[in-house]
Formats: sequence, structure tokens, C-alpha cells
Amino acid sequence: MSMDRSVLFNIGLLLALLLVVLALPEYHQGNFARIMVLACFACAYNISFGYTGLLSLGHAMFFSAGLYGVGLTVQLLEFPSEIGFLFGIVCGLVLAVAVGLLALRTTGVSFMIVTLMFSQAFFLTVLLFGEFTRGDEGFVISQDKRTFLGIDLSSDDTRLIVSWVLISLCVLGCQVVVRSRLGKVLVAIRENEERTQMLGFNVFRAKLSALAISGAMAALAGGAYSLLFGYVGATFASVQYSIFPLLWVLLGGTGTLIGPLIGTALMFYLIDISSEFTTAYMLVAGIVLVLLTLYVPEGIVGTIRRRLAPWIQ
Amino acid sequence: MSKNKHVEALNTSRRTFLKTAGVTTAAAMTGASLGQYVQAQSAEPIRIGFQQHSSGIGAAYGRWYGRTTEAAVAAINNMGGINGRMVELVAEDDGTDPKRGAEVVEKFAKQRNCDVAFGTLFSHVVIGSAPRAGELKLPYFVVSEGHHVASGMLNRYTLQPGITDVKSQVQAMAPFVAGNLGKKVTMIYPDFAFGHDHRDYFSAAIEAQGGQVLEKIAIPPAETSFTRYFPKIPRDTEVVYHVMVGPAVLTFVKEMGEFFGGRGPQLFGFIDSLEAVDMQSPGLEFLEGSYFWEGNPRNAQSDQTEFDKAFRTAVGVDENGASISDSRDVSTYSHMFGCWETLFVIKQGMEACDYKGPQDRAKLVEAVEAMRNFDESAQFPQGSKLFNGKTHQVFGHQYISRVESGKLNRVHTTSIEDGLYEDEVDYTTQSL
Repeated sequence: MSMDRSVLFNIGLLLALLLVVLALPEYHQGNFARIMVLACFACAYNISFGYTGLLSLGHAMFFSAGLYGVGLTVQLLEFPSEIGFLFGIVCGLVLAVAVGLLALRTTGVSFMIVTLMFSQAFFLTVLLFGEFTRGDEGFVISQDKRTFLGIDLSSDDTRLIVSWVLISLCVLGCQVVVRSRLGKVLVAIRENEERTQMLGFNVFRAKLSALAISGAMAALAGGAYSLLFGYVGATFASVQYSIFPLLWVLLGGTGTLIGPLIGTALMFYLIDISSEFTTAYMLVAGIVLVLLTLYVPEGIVGTIRRRLAPWIQ
Repeated sequence: MSKNKHVEALNTSRRTFLKTAGVTTAAAMTGASLGQYVQAQSAEPIRIGFQQHSSGIGAAYGRWYGRTTEAAVAAINNMGGINGRMVELVAEDDGTDPKRGAEVVEKFAKQRNCDVAFGTLFSHVVIGSAPRAGELKLPYFVVSEGHHVASGMLNRYTLQPGITDVKSQVQAMAPFVAGNLGKKVTMIYPDFAFGHDHRDYFSAAIEAQGGQVLEKIAIPPAETSFTRYFPKIPRDTEVVYHVMVGPAVLTFVKEMGEFFGGRGPQLFGFIDSLEAVDMQSPGLEFLEGSYFWEGNPRNAQSDQTEFDKAFRTAVGVDENGASISDSRDVSTYSHMFGCWETLFVIKQGMEACDYKGPQDRAKLVEAVEAMRNFDESAQFPQGSKLFNGKTHQVFGHQYISRVESGKLNRVHTTSIEDGLYEDEVDYTTQSL
């Protein structure tokens, strides 16, 4: 990856993000620790939706595969968290490949429905094995098990830095993917799948690769969330957690590297601030999203890219 | 050249924009936060962060938890507050969502200057929020009735002093069921954690009474019709123990009533199924003559205590357990007393440790852990209680009521001892 201005821009932005969050009051630091982990999930979704055009409604299962892959191994089987974390990512990867092999036989609305059904099946499976997963209630990962390479993940300062490292890895990792040959094929599929196929590219394999990368990255976010915040529960496998990354990406800008982070942060604060004034805070979020879709359809970063900086990836 | 100029202009503009946006955002956040960050002075009110289920699946409970909490805070302030300071309620909706719940707890501690967090009901929200409360060393008083506190899953800063837990409730029911309704039981329960708790704890408890569970029928969460499950009930069943919850509960009751046609086994259920539901609702006539666990009798009983009468007046509930302003607005009477009683435990705890501010949070936890008995009173209208400081769980009386002419008439009150069980944790060994 040559160090052109797009790369430098993202590195600079991530460093600026670190400086800003370190200067923020404690409360907002805690918020940004969550935002950055959830933004990893949004980045994962962006690979499949933003760059490949695969509108999945089942990404909660990949996030939860990481969440439970880590939670069950670390808390119940007492694996070291490092091993559990890797296991969680592998769970997401394997699940994404398995789902992809079947779901990618469909396109468009059918793909949405099939991924939604798989995700619901995953959710019900979590409930079914309640003896281990504690079903809807979930379980806590005890504080003594939340260490990684000797670092205490329950400490506020550590959590902030680890979250920043993760989002940096995800953003820059996405940039590597997008600039690779695979990434160019993915964008070509998004723009015109038939033409890409006609040019001789293996479209199915490329889409499966995108879903696999997306699933593994979503699982990374889920696994990190469980270790950093100490809770594993079926809510994260429910349909709303498939909708959230879609909204975050739409708000920030589909097919932009930094958009998912911006979208996640804005949505988080939209809910956080509006919930102080009304219980209808999701309505407020909904109205804002409708207005954005009408007037800023490319999302915030997408609009900035179009109007000001076409070189932003 | 012009293109270069244009790019330069854009770059300048972008830099300016980013700089301005960054500085503005940071200033806005810092300013907003600093304003709220000033530490509470002793003359300031005691702030109680109320994690309220105002939306989501817990909204019906949240509404009544809110009314009860507001009434209790008003009562405490009328008594002069706590340590001479008024109590201020800081309520925020958690959407009955564990992720948001943890965020709200963080907000209470770090932005809203709350002294304690309080009032969570749904177990997944409690379990999702408690780790953060523990990390923040923020006393977290839950009103959940889940066994998660006493099981040892949580931490020293999470306490449940105002409502008994499901294990205790279920265990206390078994002697009455075995002695009065029958010893051969079939259980029908939702196939998730709440139902599994009932399945496991009641099975053990009824066996200890010489009874047995003939069949355990788990209903999947998404089920909307139940007729195919009823034929699985063994013919020699003497008692059907049911704990269905959720929007399909009225369908469940109606279909079960139609299946048995009034000639079936005895029915015993938990009122959780019908909290905030009018017993006169169409379909519930099939429940006539059946029995229910109640945490606090919804209908005012003939021997109603002055404490229950005062409590109903304070929270705006009539003798049928409905709002005095709208008889269709039925309360969650078997649970909401827990908010009232928990707030008075917080008051007692803060007074016992001479609570001055957040620096005394550990002392508050120790003060509550040192508590033992709560006598039936205006502060504890549901009845007397025994608090276990090691497990952070309170134990109390349970009530069994029979549905007669659409009203719940109490027929049995358990002893506190009926609900006691061996300690599963000693939180006092954890550091503060």
C-alpha cells in the first residue's frame, strides 16, 4: 500500500482521534471506547454492504459468533483470553463462509431475507442452548478473566487504548482490502455484477471472500466487546443488532473507510443526548436518518468526498 | 494551475473545516461535560440514578416502577430527605437493553453525578449493567427478582435488598402446591432463562416435598399458538404449573382453558404472566378457581394493613390494583413495591454510614451489608424481610392467591424460612 494522501489522511485522522479522546472528559472517553469497538462492527458491515453491495440483515450473528466464541471459551471452558479471542474470530469466519455458501446463491431482497433467517436461527440457537449461554439473560465474564497479554481490559485507560488500536486496525485493514485486487473486484461487483462476471472474474468467490472478511471482522468486534465490557447476551444476536451497523454505515457514508466510525459516533450521541429529553429517542434517531437519506444520501463522509475530496476512500 | 489552486483551496478549506470541527466538538463536549462534572457539594441533593425501562419489552413495568419510585422519593423528601439532603431522581430510559443499560450506568456515575444507580428490573439489563457498576464502584440497587445477584454472578457493588429472587419464590411455593393442589405436576414454561429457572428450582423443590414433575413442556419464545402442546400433558397430572410471559399469554390462557373445558387439573401460575393485565380481560375467565403466586396481593384483602393502604394511596393504586385515575391501567403490584422498599433501604444505609458523597460509596455498601431485618412498616409495606449481607439478597413472605369472581384473594402466606436456601456466594470477601 503506497503512502498516498488517502492513507496518510486516515492515519492522521486516527491519530487525531486518539489525541481528542485522550483529552475528553472521563464520561466521553468511556463512550468512545464503546463507539470505537462498535465502529469495528460497522467497518465489517461496510466491507459487505458498502464495497460489495451485499445488503445483509444477518450481521448480528457474526458479531455474536465472536461474542459467544470468546465468552463461552473464556468463562465456561476457562481458556486463556488470547486463545478465546482467536477462537471467536474463527467462529465468525467459519460461520460467514458457511452462510455465504448458501446465501450467496441469492441476490437482492432474497439475500436480505436469507441472511435475516440465518441470523434468527442463530438467535434461537443461543436461546435453545440456554444451559450454557444463559439464553436471553446472558452471563458475565468475570473481571479476573478479562486480561489480554497480561493487560487488564477492565481498566478504563486500557479499554480506551485497546479500542483505538482495534478501530485503527480495522480502518487500515479495510483500506488494504479495498486497494487490493480483491477490493477492486468487489467495487466492480457493486457497480455492475453482470459486467464483472462477463469480464471473467469469479464473482461468487469474490463475494464469499468479502463476506468471510466481514464476518471475521464483525466477530473480532463482538469478541472484543465481550472482553472489554464483560457481558455476553442474546440481545446482541437479535435483529436490531443487524440493523444498527446498516444505519451506522448509511449515516457515515457507504463505501468510505472512515464513514462507519463517524456514523457510529453520531448515532451513539444522537441517542445519548436525545434520551435525556424524551423516551422517544429512537424516533428522533429515525427522523434524522430519514432526513439524511433524503438530503445527504451518500452519508456524511460520502458527501464530503463528492463535494470536497474525491480522493477519500 | 487553476486546478492546483482549486485543490489548495479545498485543502485549506478541509483543514480549516477539520480544525474548526475538531475544536468545536471538543469544546462542546468538554464544556457540556465540565458543567455537569462539578462534584456534588454537601448542600446538594442526593442523586439517585433511576435506570428505567421506559421503552422496549419492559415498558409496562417501567411505567409503574417510575410512578412508585417518584412516590417513594416524594415520601422520603417529605420526611426531610436523607441526612438532611433532598433526594433528586435522575431517570433515564435504558430501552430494556443491556448494552444501553451499561451506558446509562456509566452516565449516572460519570456525567450526572449520581450517588447510586437503582431500579433495574429485567435480568438481562441487570447482568449487562452490573459489570460496569462494579468497575465504577457505583452502588447498584436492582429490583429484578432474578437469582443472578445471589448466585454470585455479579459483584460487591450490586445489591437486591427490596425484592425476593425467583429461586426463593419458587421454592416457597412447593409446600403449598404439594400439600393442597397435588404432587404430580406438569410444568409449562417459556424456553428461555426465566422459564429454565422455574423448571430447575421448582423441580428440586417439589421433589423435596415428595412430589414429582411428570412432564416439562418448554414453549419456544416465538410461539403464538399453544394447542399442540396441551396433549403432551400426562393424564394423571394433578397440577399444571404455568409461567408463560409475553404478548401471547392471553392466547395461552384461553387455549388452555378451552382444552381442559373446566374439568382439568388444578392450575398454578406466577402472576408475572399477568402483571399489568386486567383479570377481567376476555379469555381470562378460564382462570377462575386457579391459583397464583403474588409478590404483593394486587387486590386489597379483607385484612389489609394500614401500610398497604398508605402505599396504595401514595402510588395512586386503587383496591383492585389499578390506577386511581384509570381503572384499565392495571399496575405491576407484585413487583413495584420493590422500588419503594429499596429506596428506603438506601435511605437507611446512607444514614447508617453518614453518607456525604461519592467518596462514601464503599461505606454505603458495607452499611447495607450489615443490615439484617426489615420490619413490616410504612417503609416495607409488602411485609417483613430478612436481608443476607453476604449474598446481597433479601428474603421475605410470598403470597398465594385464588382467582374468585375475577379477583385475586389471598389464601396462603409463606414464611420467610420457606424461601431460604444455602448461600452460594459471599460478596463481602470481594474488595471494595
